[in-house]
Amino acid sequence: MPDQWYILSGILVAAAVTWGLRAIPFAMLAPLRESELLAYLEQRMPVGIMVILAAYTLRDTDPALITSVGPTALALGLTIGVQLWRGNMLLSIFAGTAVYVILASVAAASG
Amino acid sequence: MEDQGTRDEVAAGWRIVFPACAAVVPLGLALGVLVVQSGLAWWWAPVLAAVVFAGSMEFLLVGLLAAAAPLAQIAVSTLLVNFRHVFYALSFPLHRVTGGGWKAYSTFALTDEAYALTATPESVRWSRARIISIQAFFHLVWVSCVLAGAGLGMLIPPQIVGLDFAVTALFVVLGIEAYKVRRSLPVPALALGCAILAVLISRENMLLIAMGLFVAALICSRFLTVRRRRLA
Repeated sequence: MPDQWYILSGILVAAAVTWGLRAIPFAMLAPLRESELLAYLEQRMPVGIMVILAAYTLRDTDPALITSVGPTALALGLTIGVQLWRGNMLLSIFAGTAVYVILASVAAASG
Repeated sequence: MEDQGTRDEVAAGWRIVFPACAAVVPLGLALGVLVVQSGLAWWWAPVLAAVVFAGSMEFLLVGLLAAAAPLAQIAVSTLLVNFRHVFYALSFPLHRVTGGGWKAYSTFALTDEAYALTATPESVRWSRARIISIQAFFHLVWVSCVLAGAGLGMLIPPQIVGLDFAVTALFVVLGIEAYKVRRSLPVPALALGCAILAVLISRENMLLIAMGLFVAALICSRFLTVRRRRLA
């Protein structure tokens, strides 16, 4: 288990950066409104950052191992499909995770 | 009579925030379960929820902490993941929240949900009591759900694996919702390309490399389009 001081520092770093992002802009509203670059990034960053985060969470998936890539691909496809079909975030997350947990647990028990 | 007015405003705040509270219950439970399953002590779950108070970043942070990621990586990831909050200042009615301490709490708790619930024309006339109670109720419900989730996580037998896929699913779903803003494929394709390239460069540091490449590419494309427009 990681050292408790490290965990506390990590939490405080994330909290400080988050608070900064939320509080500092109130002190610079005029330049914020005028910046075209910020507006450009604001429109494009979220989708890309989410794609990178999803890829990051899957970085240890082994493409050559069917018990690793199989459950991931099926659960990923189901999550995307349900989200495009119903647009209900909780339903999509629940469906994808349930399928992944069942497949991965069976694979772990038999392998 | 002022006390009665404040009480009414707090009740009004609760009525506004209640649907959002109900919606985050499953996510809070999932985060608590994840904290315990990642091998962190259960009491980190409510601490994390109370101190960071930024939903999707908390899910990412659990993984980063469990992997003992460097603090610099945590800082840069937080900066990029929560960068969208910069724009919330443009419409959030902070001028209605008088007093330094209240302003500090109000900016600290300026979550996506607080922003969304105050993004109405009427909110410019809302009282401090109503705005703060919206944020504080949401904070309280979130921490409670994460704590309950940590309790739930300890009941799950070790044979059940793969619950962390909920984090992947969360980012995929948020990505699809963000895609709907512009419905343009080149940007997510660029991000995926950056992610794959980053894994090939270094699996260990792929998050920072991918985000750095992606933001740099976006800024370059912005300057190129501006220059092309000037030349034309």
